Parts: sequence; structure tokens; C-alpha cells
Amino acid sequence: MTQTHVFDVIIVGGGGAGLMAALNASRTAKTAVLSKLYPTRSHTGAAQGGVGAALGNLEEDHWEWHAFDTVKGSDYLGDQDAIDFMCQEAVQSVYDLEHAGLPFSRTPDGKIAQRPFGGHTNNVTKKPVRRAAYAADRTGHMILQTLYQQCIRNGINFYDEFQVLDLLLQDGVTAGVVAVELATGELHVFHAKAVVFATGGHGRMWDITSNAYAYTGDGVAVTLRRGIPAEDMEFFQFHPTGIYKLGILITEAVRGEGGVLFNDKGERFMERYAPSIKDLASRDVTSRAIYLEVKEGRGIQGKNYVYLDIRPETVNLYAEKDGRTNPDGSPYRVTAEEILAKIPDIADFCKTYLGVDPVKSPMPIQPTAHYAMGGIPTDKYGQVVVDAQNTILPGLYAAGECACVSVHGANRLGTNSLVDLIVFGKHAGLKAAEYANGADLPVVHGDPADFARQQIDRLMNGSGKEKAANLGRELRKVMSDDVGVFRTEEGLASAVEKVKELRERFKEVKVGDTSKIFNTELLNTWELGNLFDLALVTAVTALERKESRGAHAREDFPKRNDENWLKHSLAWMDGDQIRLDYKPVVITKYVPKERVY
Amino acid sequence: MEIRLRVFRFQPEKDQRPRYDVYTIETDPTERILDLLEHVRGDIDGSLAFRRSCAHGVCGSDAMRINGHNLLACKVLVKDLGTSEITVEPLLGLRVIKDLIVDMGPFLEHYKSVMPYFINDDIPADGKEFLQSPEQRARFDDTTKCIMCAACTTSCPSFWSNTEYVGPAAIVNAHRFIFDSRDTGAEKRLEVLNEQFGVWRCRTAFNCTEACPREIKITQAIAEVKQVLTSGKLE
Repeated sequence: MTQTHVFDVIIVGGGGAGLMAALNASRTAKTAVLSKLYPTRSHTGAAQGGVGAALGNLEEDHWEWHAFDTVKGSDYLGDQDAIDFMCQEAVQSVYDLEHAGLPFSRTPDGKIAQRPFGGHTNNVTKKPVRRAAYAADRTGHMILQTLYQQCIRNGINFYDEFQVLDLLLQDGVTAGVVAVELATGELHVFHAKAVVFATGGHGRMWDITSNAYAYTGDGVAVTLRRGIPAEDMEFFQFHPTGIYKLGILITEAVRGEGGVLFNDKGERFMERYAPSIKDLASRDVTSRAIYLEVKEGRGIQGKNYVYLDIRPETVNLYAEKDGRTNPDGSPYRVTAEEILAKIPDIADFCKTYLGVDPVKSPMPIQPTAHYAMGGIPTDKYGQVVVDAQNTILPGLYAAGECACVSVHGANRLGTNSLVDLIVFGKHAGLKAAEYANGADLPVVHGDPADFARQQIDRLMNGSGKEKAANLGRELRKVMSDDVGVFRTEEGLASAVEKVKELRERFKEVKVGDTSKIFNTELLNTWELGNLFDLALVTAVTALERKESRGAHAREDFPKRNDENWLKHSLAWMDGDQIRLDYKPVVITKYVPKERVY
Repeated sequence: MEIRLRVFRFQPEKDQRPRYDVYTIETDPTERILDLLEHVRGDIDGSLAFRRSCAHGVCGSDAMRINGHNLLACKVLVKDLGTSEITVEPLLGLRVIKDLIVDMGPFLEHYKSVMPYFINDDIPADGKEFLQSPEQRARFDDTTKCIMCAACTTSCPSFWSNTEYVGPAAIVNAHRFIFDSRDTGAEKRLEVLNEQFGVWRCRTAFNCTEACPREIKITQAIAEVKQVLTSGKLE
């Protein structure tokens, strides 16, 4: 039996963006949140270092500086109108979170504490600026908890452990979604006037990843199958400091607090790659530096990792060399206790997974797949736009990592993921409610659950010649080998062929578990199918983009090429074929120039 | 190394009663228990059901009993257990739905009953943050770490004997607000916690503190709430 429900606004995803959207939409419209996890399990909770906003609590700062840093960080691919909007709105949004109870760390005079982060600068002195508002090293956890708590206070309707499978469109207008209830295996049709996708990223297609298992690109995959393009999918961020082999994130705040990267020769190699900002260079720059150090044989013991050192003696030595000072002008010096108080969770990860105490030994780290800059194309109000002319699809919204506004362009600055989800989550929710209040509920013709059912049937009734787990391993290998930090024509071309082959073989997979109740094998297999689709789009768009920009680094085209490539990619999926188009970047006042840190 | 992994199995659509399946697995001592379960589900028996997401101890999905202790499967390495015999079972005190998946419903109801949300709509006139000193912020830091994994509540003998008891996790989340200098809802929360199935059901067994993967000093937090109720003073 298929159950049906009717709402004004359906939000898919219970992370930061989804909950922000829910809190804002529910003020004026009948709203429900569908989440495949309990909302507090969402990946927003893994964000560590901080949320950027020019509060200026510790030193001079301006939202315009935040905007310029974001434009520069994006390697000029971010849309400047949207970036201005985000950085301006960030300030009020952070105060809103504080008013909702978020327990930010505090300055001595009781204000929200702020710390330096990669790529965030005083635009006059070019030195790092304290802009990341933080709650120890669990800022994302506190955002997620605070938003969930306020959702409880406001009686938001939650459908926990419901996996979205399909988007309903009728005559070009949004009409709802179809989801499966994991506890029963039953399909549910949610008729709605407006739908907000807030389903997060897709970093599980790489081997070394900081991403949760849940990060399988569900929203982008569902919309691709319904003829909606994905934007800028060639841009995926590799965070420079993942725990060796495991990929677990070590926040950039470690470098913000004075941590330094070293190669096997004990050299602070970032001096060579980013002479003025050094270890706090943008993530793409730092990840490439580590890759090159390793490639040239200077990884630790010749292996593919380097050291991140936050021992107080190291921090103090380099703080002195750099002339780093506290806000009151005194020299910056730290003790082991102070470090541990600022990064308690990082210390815990190191002890648990590496047996290393970070104030006594350096941490072995390597770049780890981290963040999708690309996703479902939207405007700055979260409205989904479906072509190069930015035509709006009525009733459909996206926010957070699954969306591409685009504010991150070719490379996201640290802290801006949280900025993105609070600002655009809020506005997507407001816009969705506003739209729903002026729209009629579309009548869906035919069986709305038909396509969702077909997808399940295909997975349950395959030949069984292939095993999903094996195909997943092959996917992660090819993506890591050929669609990683550095890319080449040859590697990308072979990756496209390999992913196509894997997608063919995936048709031979059969889910062995025939039960209805918590059939997690079925769920995981469906998720893997999403990763295959997104991997194909990623590889094809990366092959096509013959330049290096931000996180997309081509060994064969090492320079940025504004003449031909200062444009966003749009990719449509039609079976095995990916159709591409491009749209211009919105440039307002920041003229593209070479990016030097 | 070779390990014997015994896993509690209960498939409600076909099993009358639970059973244990045993898997012999060749593994590295630095593998997480979660990695072993993933290996079983991906390569041996797809029907094994368990929850997981972040895989590094911050989302709270994969709390389960591992060799008798409530732990997060992603935060325990094979070598931490000091044995090659590993038994994995669902949390106690919550209904088993399938294999390692338990019904979180009652746990969440208890959580919601203590008003686990910030109450103060009197926003500062300048529109900026409520001021709070670092010392005031430190007062409730420990209880902000909770990830709602339920390891504490399901290790509590008082909860096992009567599941109407709100349990340690709910008290931790009440504590987080009661001791927040900016919050104005302490009185109402304390009222709930002073009721029959509130904080007085705690018999100071310390199981919760031992079980917490976030190392929250839960028994102490509960004692602090009791202290406020006894003295009538929120220090």
C-alpha cells in the first residue's frame, strides 16, 4: 500500500540547511521534513572549525572583505551578487543562531569568539583575520543541535528515516516527492506545492573521504533523473588535512590556532607555495602543495602523507617567526592546555584512531575528499534554475551542499559551508513558503509512485552477476586515481569509460535481502546508483574543462583560462549521455585577477 | 589477525526469536568494529541491518553493545578490545526492530519531555549576541557535547527496570540549558525533572558516565541537577 500525505512545503534532508528551511517555512506554511537519518545524525554535525561572519568582535572586519575573500577563494567562478548577499546576511544569521541558543565560545568580554581560517584576510594588510565564529571544534554539531532543538520547540513535522526516491513534477511544476519509509519498506507519496532539497554532498565516491556514509548525492541524482541539470560538478574540494588512511577531517582551525605543515625533511613547505599566508592558504592550494611534496618524494618516510604539527613548541616558534600577535598587540603564545581546550574533539580523534596525542606528536595527514561545490543550480533565494537562461522551475528549491548558487565557485573557503546553509537554508524556506501560499496543489496524473517502484524493482530483480560492494570499490578507486586533486586528459577520458562500464555492470546487481523492514542493503545499493550517476557527470565535466581553476587542477592545462572558461557548466543526464551547456559567471565589482596567497 | 565476530541477529519477518551468526574475518587490528560490520553487510550477508553515518564518533548512529559494553562501533578499534572474540548486540532497554537496530522512539520522547531547547525571546536591544562570560559558558560546556546516541540511557539499570524514567541523556540535555546563563526556562525543566520519573530515579550507578563516547561526566551533571532541586538555588 502506498500512503499519501499533503503538505504545502516538503523539505528533503534534516541537516543544517533543511532545518533552517523548516524553521523559516513553517512560520507561514504547513511544512514537513523528510530525512533518511534522524536529523541529529546529519553531516552538518561533523563541521568543526567555525562559521564565517564579519562580526568584528576581535578586530576590524567588514562583510565586503569576507565577500572579496570568497570571490578570490572561488577562483572567480563564484557569482558575485550571491556572494555579496551571503556575506552580508551571514552577520545577522550568526546573531540569529546565538539568539536561538547556540553556545558559541566567548571572548573575555562575553561576545562570540572568532578565530582565523584559511583564505580569510584583512583586505588591507593581507594578514589572516579572526572571522570564524566558533563553538570549540564542534561548531557544526552545535548548529545542528540548536536548529533541531528549535524545530522541536516549534513542533515541526518530521518523517525520520524516510529515504526520498523521486521528485514529482506535473506539467513543469513541482508537485511533491516519493519516499520509502525505512522501518516498513512502504512507499509514501508526499503531495506538496513546494519542495526544498537539502540532501548534502556526494563525497563517498572517493576512497579517502571526510564524508559520512550518507553522503551519496541523493538530491542531485533524483533531480538529474527528472531532467534538471547539475551545475559545476567538476569542482570538488579535497581538504588538505584528513587523518592518514581514514580521511577523517582535521579542521583548518588547527592551522588557525598556529599549526604548521611539515614534509619529511622538516621543511615548512607552505612557505614556498603561499609566501604571505603560508599554512592558511586556501584549501585547494594547500592540498596541491601536499600532493606535490609527496610526488617529489618528500612525504613522511617517502609515503603519501605529511605532518600537521600543533605542539606548543612548534606553534610558538613559528608564531614568533611570523610576528603573530594577540588582539591586544602582545606576542601570540600558547600552552598545551590552551590548545586542547580549543580543539578537544581533534585531540580525541587523534588518540582514538592514531594513538597520537597532538600536543606531543605531529599528526599524519593527507588530502581527503570533502565538499561538493557543484550541485542543483539555484539563484540566491534557493530557487532551482534549469538552464543557461536561469529559467525558474516553479516550486522547486535547493540549499546547502546539494545546491550550487554558486557562492563557492571553483573552491570553497573554510567556514563558508556553514554560512551557506544558514543563509540559503533560511531563504529557500522563506521563498518556498511564500510560493506555496500563492499556488494551488498540482494534481498528479497517473501513479505517482511508479518511477520509484521501478527503481526498487530493478535493484531487487537484477541477474545477480555483479556485487554492489565490488562495484563501489572500483568506483572509489577510479575516482581517486583519475578524478582527484590533479587530473589529466588521459586519466579523465579513461575514468569516463570506466564509470560508464561500472554503470552498465550495476544493472546486473541484485539485492539479496528480500525483507521490507529496514532493508538497508536496498537503501545502500540505491545510494550507490546515485554515486555512479554523479561520478559520470563529474568525470565528463572535468574532462571537458580544459583549464585549471580552484579545485579543478589539470596537469595538461595548468593555467586558469578566463577567456574560454570563466563560465559555469551545466550537465544533463540522458541515460549514458551527458549533455553540456554553460552559463556566464555573475561579475559585479571584483575583476578576475591572478590568485596569489 | 583473524577474529570471530558474533552478531546478534533478529529478522522480524522470519525469525521467532533472536540468534547469533558467527563470521570469521581476517582483519587489521586498526580496523573499526564498524568496518567489520560493513564488510559483513557488503561482502557476506546483505541482510545485516545496523545504523551508521559519520563513522568517526560525532553523529551518534552506531551505538551498540560490543563485548558487553555500550560503545560506538566507529570509535572502537579491534585492537582496543584485546581479544579476537567479538560479540556485537543491540542496545538494551529499547525494542529491537531488526538485528542491531532498536526503536529510538521512547528515547526521543524522553528527550523532548525536558524542553531541550533554548528559551529566551528577549533579544538584546542592539540585535547582537547575548553576552556571556567564558566562565559562564564553561559552566555547561560538558553537556553541550551530547550526540544523542543513547549509550548512556541504555546502560542505566534504573532505565532497564522502568523505561518511564527519563534517563541520563534527557537529563544531560536539560542540564545544558538549566546552567546556561542566557536561558530562562530552568524552572519549568526542573519541575519535570523533580517528578516521579525524573532525576530521583538515578541511583548513581555511574554506568552512564562509563558508557558516554563523548566522555561527558553524566553522573556529575545529574548530581548538579539534584543539587539545584535540593537547595532550590541555581548557582
